Amino acid sequence: MPFWGIKLDHHKTTADSQTVPIPLPKTVKILMSQHMGAPCDLLVNVGDEVKVGQKIGDSAAFMSTPIHSSVSGTVKTVEDYLLASGKVCKAVVIETDGNQTVCETVQPPQVSDLASFVKAVKESGCCGLGGAGFPTHIKLNVDIKDKPIDSLVINAAECEPYITSDCRELIERPDDVIDGVEKVMKYLEIENAYICIEKNKPQAIKIMKQKTADKKNITVVSLRSSYPQGAEKVVAYSATGRIIGEGELPSAKGIIVLNVSTAGFISRYLKTGMPLVEKRLTLDGDAFRTPCNVMVPVGTAVSELVTFADGAQSGIAKLLAGGPMMGMCLYDFSAPITKTNNAILAFTEKLAKNKEPKTACIHCGRCVAACPMKLMPTELEKAYEAKDADMLRKLKLNLCMNCGSCTYVCPAKHNLAEVNQLAKALIR
Amino acid sequence: MDKMIVSPSPHVRSGTTTAKLMGHVLLALFPAIVAATIIFGGRALMLVGFCTAIAVVLERICGIIMKRPDTTGDLSAAVTGVIFALNLPPTLPFWVAFIGLFFAIVVTKQLFGGLGHNFANPAIVGRIVITLSFPAAMTTWTEPFTADVTTLATPLASKSANMLDMFLGMTSGCIGETCSVALIFGFVYLCVMKIITPTTPIAFVGTVALFSFIAGEDPLYQVLSGGLLLGAIFMATDYVTTPVTQLGKFIFGIGCGIITCVIRFYGSYPEGVSFSILLMNIVSPYIDMLCKTRPVGAKKPSKKVKEAN
Repeated sequence: MPFWGIKLDHHKTTADSQTVPIPLPKTVKILMSQHMGAPCDLLVNVGDEVKVGQKIGDSAAFMSTPIHSSVSGTVKTVEDYLLASGKVCKAVVIETDGNQTVCETVQPPQVSDLASFVKAVKESGCCGLGGAGFPTHIKLNVDIKDKPIDSLVINAAECEPYITSDCRELIERPDDVIDGVEKVMKYLEIENAYICIEKNKPQAIKIMKQKTADKKNITVVSLRSSYPQGAEKVVAYSATGRIIGEGELPSAKGIIVLNVSTAGFISRYLKTGMPLVEKRLTLDGDAFRTPCNVMVPVGTAVSELVTFADGAQSGIAKLLAGGPMMGMCLYDFSAPITKTNNAILAFTEKLAKNKEPKTACIHCGRCVAACPMKLMPTELEKAYEAKDADMLRKLKLNLCMNCGSCTYVCPAKHNLAEVNQLAKALIR
Repeated sequence: MDKMIVSPSPHVRSGTTTAKLMGHVLLALFPAIVAATIIFGGRALMLVGFCTAIAVVLERICGIIMKRPDTTGDLSAAVTGVIFALNLPPTLPFWVAFIGLFFAIVVTKQLFGGLGHNFANPAIVGRIVITLSFPAAMTTWTEPFTADVTTLATPLASKSANMLDMFLGMTSGCIGETCSVALIFGFVYLCVMKIITPTTPIAFVGTVALFSFIAGEDPLYQVLSGGLLLGAIFMATDYVTTPVTQLGKFIFGIGCGIITCVIRFYGSYPEGVSFSILLMNIVSPYIDMLCKTRPVGAKKPSKKVKEAN
């Protein structure tokens, strides 16, 4: 059965806006924990000179990627930073010197086989650029003799409203994307690749179709524009028809799913050796007068972006890192951009407030029909209120990926997705 | 802003509200009300207006007494009032209708906790209470386009009505049940606006047609006569008292169809639609329990987990 999903207003107003670099900020604040996995240990001290691409944080843990300086300048302070998860990590504040001197260690890596490829990807600091931030080298580190991978799914669905940064990657750097795809296919001996793009990006689809016309193994798949088409399990199913089961990684079904910007980055890294130090972000929302796509050094404060997009801090009622469906609220304009950000959205009070009050559940079943994992949010809510952990397990709460579809469709305005997240604490 | 709003995702919501859904149901009922006014005259329209107003007033009074927030704005009481009225003979005394509404809104709905908590469709319970309590008033029919009160049987009982008359509603019967074409308009509207899925009505009507055919009755006659279309389209699709999943709705519809036919063909009442829906309302939670969705890629719990529990 095809994936159905829900219809959202796309608001892709920045789809045609060329990515522009922002003026170099005076300081950047680089976090030692930017995605899931172990935080990095500091490699620099206060007063040290650093250059662009210089490694400033690393960890011996496998589930971790090194962190590099995005600017050249001097380490001013090292401070504690409170993450959204409630944990505290170290943050390096670097004063820029304006020269953006590239570090000598930035050299194209020597890659000859899968092992050296995985090592290079780890050294690049690359993590999933779609938002979840799973370290890429772990995805690629599969035993292809034991578990061959036959399909590479490139996720360019970008189903969240407003965000167009992946769309711009396809339009502005299609050759990088294709080269990245071919590199991954080569080292992991993957037969076929599917570049999956939602139909609401016709220009990107056209460009990719032209560029891959002579490549038999790379297929451009145009997907229904419905949410959450870009969820890993959904996009893998849409491309290959295979269902990734509970607790399984895509590789168990012979699939690797990579975000399109990740593929483009891998290609550039193999050519230049420049690690992940800048991100393309979509700046949008009704509190920004100039919605746009920008290239931003990792560690830039959100306040710089608010100024760049002609937004007034006083007019912003809600500030989001990510899309409106799964993005996280920011509460501080000094928050730094991390590797996994792909959008900063700012809304005025008009759009930020939920106006409708919560009313009784009328059993309409819209949440059940909307759930991409075919869960029953209304039953999960009841089980959570009864604190019934066994029932929550039976209803497969663990499969909820917090896409928010249930909350979105609920006519009684229940916070179903939030309840699921709270309920997860009961079954841990 | 001095302080920014921090809330969990998602940060956008659809514009659909309970009140809007109920508003669509009222709109879908509009053709039936218009048809009833044309066929049975102003008295029928007055009864519809009376029932709607009383339903809303009773809902509000309950809210005040029970210290609950005002829920009349969600329009569910208005929907109950209209559907209840459409299930009444055109000449029914207002005070009888009031008793039915009392059992619908106060007993069935509010005493069980208000919208979302009632186990049975309020309009159906109200109707059954007065059918059993006032059998004479509830079987006094009017000829279409006249004010003549008749004790003649409805087409369902007489089995002699013209098919086209039944389709257009030019027969005697309850206010809203006779005009099939108006009800079908409402059905199409509800499906197009995605207020309901067609599963339950199709399963219900289909089962009645099939059962009738097997039992040697005329399927089309059985479908068009009595309150089947009104019940299948507007009462068997009530969100609160019917199953959530499509499979559940399908089973619910089949169950309604079988019970309706059993009562019609072998029971002592000429009509079984409201009884069938009430009985299936009662088993709805069990249908829901049996018809849970199967989550995508879910593993069956392993033996170890079972033992641990």
